[in-house]
Amino acid sequence: MGKKLLMGNEAIARGAVEAGLNLATAYPGTPSSEIIGTLAEWSGDFDYYVEWSVNEKVAMEVAGGAAYAGGRALVAMKQVGLNVASDPLMSLAYIGVQGALVVVVADDPGPHSSQTEQDTRVFAKFAKLPVFDPSSPEEALAMTKAAFELSHRYQLPVLLRPTTRVCHATSGIEFGPRIPNVPEGFVKDPKWVIFPRLSYQQHQLLEETRLRLEREFSDGPWNPLTPGDRIGIVAGGVSYLYAREAVARLGLNPTMLKVGTPHPLPTAKLEQFLSRVDRVFVLEELDPVLEEGIIALAGQVGFKGPIYGKRSGHFPWAGEYSADRIQSVLARTLELAPAAPEPGAQDVPPELPVRPPVLCAGCPHRASFYAVKRGSRGSNAIYTGDIGCYTLGNAPPLSMVDTCLCMGAGLTVGQGLLRMEPGRPVFAFIGDSTFFHTGIPGILNAVYNQHPIKLVLLDNSTTAMTGHQPHPGMGRTACGGAVPQVDPVAVLRACGVEWLEVLDPLDLPATEAAVRRALEYPGVVALVLKSPCVATFKATRRYRIDSAACSNCGRCLRELGCPAFYREEKPQIGPSCYGCGLCSQICPKGAIGEVGRS
Amino acid sequence: MRLDIVIAGVGGQGTVLASRVLAQTALDAGFPARTSEMIGMAQREGSVQSHVRIGTEFGPVIGSGAADILLGFEPAEAQRSGNLLKNGGMLLVNSHPIHPVTVALGSSAYPLAEIRAYLDRLPARVTWVDGFELALASGNFKTLNAVMLGVLASSGALPFGRDAVLRVLLEMLPERVRAVNERAFALGCQVVKEG
Ligand code: SF4
Ligand code: SF4
Repeated sequence: MGKKLLMGNEAIARGAVEAGLNLATAYPGTPSSEIIGTLAEWSGDFDYYVEWSVNEKVAMEVAGGAAYAGGRALVAMKQVGLNVASDPLMSLAYIGVQGALVVVVADDPGPHSSQTEQDTRVFAKFAKLPVFDPSSPEEALAMTKAAFELSHRYQLPVLLRPTTRVCHATSGIEFGPRIPNVPEGFVKDPKWVIFPRLSYQQHQLLEETRLRLEREFSDGPWNPLTPGDRIGIVAGGVSYLYAREAVARLGLNPTMLKVGTPHPLPTAKLEQFLSRVDRVFVLEELDPVLEEGIIALAGQVGFKGPIYGKRSGHFPWAGEYSADRIQSVLARTLELAPAAPEPGAQDVPPELPVRPPVLCAGCPHRASFYAVKRGSRGSNAIYTGDIGCYTLGNAPPLSMVDTCLCMGAGLTVGQGLLRMEPGRPVFAFIGDSTFFHTGIPGILNAVYNQHPIKLVLLDNSTTAMTGHQPHPGMGRTACGGAVPQVDPVAVLRACGVEWLEVLDPLDLPATEAAVRRALEYPGVVALVLKSPCVATFKATRRYRIDSAACSNCGRCLRELGCPAFYREEKPQIGPSCYGCGLCSQICPKGAIGEVGRS
Repeated sequence: MRLDIVIAGVGGQGTVLASRVLAQTALDAGFPARTSEMIGMAQREGSVQSHVRIGTEFGPVIGSGAADILLGFEPAEAQRSGNLLKNGGMLLVNSHPIHPVTVALGSSAYPLAEIRAYLDRLPARVTWVDGFELALASGNFKTLNAVMLGVLASSGALPFGRDAVLRVLLEMLPERVRAVNERAFALGCQVVKEG
């Protein structure tokens, strides 16, 4: 078989399969989501279990349990998700596992789709756990297998930290054989119960393991040293490939050390490297993990040369690196001839329109935001948002997201706001998947502590932002099996929400009226606005503007921000209309009507 | 053999699929290939840029002034990625604009004529294609990516033939949209033959 084009995330899934995976869990989060999506897709071909858990902490604990019983388990999340799962991770480092536990955390330098740029290598150091940092999809596969092997051998969780340019890059991948792992089953032992005395012992053991790993990594294949002249380059992750491209363009022949295991650092290998060079460039995205390690080591071994990195001000702390960026710093610092001017630079380009991501044409969230906006007009309400597609409700013309912090926080931040400004209404928007993730405790808190929040549950029956993964409200598992459907309305009732209405947000007048009723009610309120995500079904109709009837008032264009609209002499609706009918309900001339799908 | 291709477009236009098709065709022809793209719902209707690197041992991202080919699915997005195209490179661009919501709201302008003129002045071989009309003519406006792949595959710039590209495209599509995409691809091929 030839090479198959696989995304980094698919390569990680393949690596897990080849390593004899027994169980995999995750909560979706860009750029990590395709790992579990892929494993679910392949689950018919292999004997392993895979699930979408309701949040990352749950995912970590389920995977940990499997590894207690000798299973080879994988748990995946994005960097922000690791914050949610950090509690079990820190303790799992002490308790250890019997089989293998590989924790894949995808970082997002840039960031392209995240609230933070946090660096999981720092978390690995904090948790005192080994971490692999792949530079390409091919290497992600190899490192996944190595992580399972290492975890099993040391009975310790092992982290794999790909970044967006690895997760969402593709490469030609060759498949290897699968070596199955048969879990021996859980064996009762006092070591599974974390008591203070045990913690002390385990902490000592963890530090000893760190030193053993340091030696193993120095001797092993993940930190290759390529000899060259006395200019030294140390690079981790995708920066290593950028560095190679930059030095090729500049015609340099530096001594290069690729660090594939940023924690624990391969100290002996680094010492060897330092003895061969007289100055060092450290290339890594986000935090100066390698750089600080090298600075410390340089002090210990008496290396006197300059170390160029973030701390020296040569490279930026925030954002992504690139071959261009590295090339220009190398050229400037080494005083090489400047690169050729960029093509087209002599010409002044016209100013381009701003093109932010927006809610899709026909997205029911647009209708929900619009209905709440209209229904609460004049009330001075605050609108707290949450993480999901509906965060895009912040953009004009809807402008309906005043706060957005992290999963589930819209509801709880809103409760704090309410206590400071009693009487000012707070509408908290949350999606169905986020509701199951961390929304429920927030609702419990509102009911228990009597914070009269107005919850608006935007139920589109999927996890749309990350690619339509199923959740407990859908009656379907990761692999497609049918299961009982958890009704968020029943959950809300069980949490003690007394005033609750379920509506279709595409019925604008009815939803608006419900919003007004909700405003009147003094206690905790929940409006469940239910309508499926447009990406999950085929459009059967679309709308058109009768130009003769249209008065060109521009209201449809101005108020909804539906991307299907464009303007010629008068507003027009393009072929991307999904037929939601929202615009036809706001046209004062009744000029917008339904037509069949061509 | 080394070839760097940038595909610039708007979320929902199918740039990701197009980049995968090119890379898999390259792999089938025995070249190493990589792609990089921003995927995920955050790109809905936003700007997207896909990179395809054929024959590279380096990272998946193409540097500025380094792309051999820029495939523009939309004029403004072609301009946004214009800095990546190298001197003497090739620009194939769909002439049909997609107005962002910011234009409808009046907070941005879409200067189509100026964008066209600017792209024509780039030190590159520029070919304009009314890809949107061709996609509509094939029966579904969403086949723009197949049209543009047809244009590129017939341009003679790829190290493999158009049939190889079409074969991979059809393999990657679900059964029910194969026929319409095949028509769209053929219409794209036509452009270069005639023009
Ligand atoms: S019906 Fe109106 S609001 Fe709905 S998708 Fe079509 S144009 Fe947009
Ligand atoms: S709201 Fe109705 S009348 Fe006003 S511009 Fe739109 S279609 Fe025309």
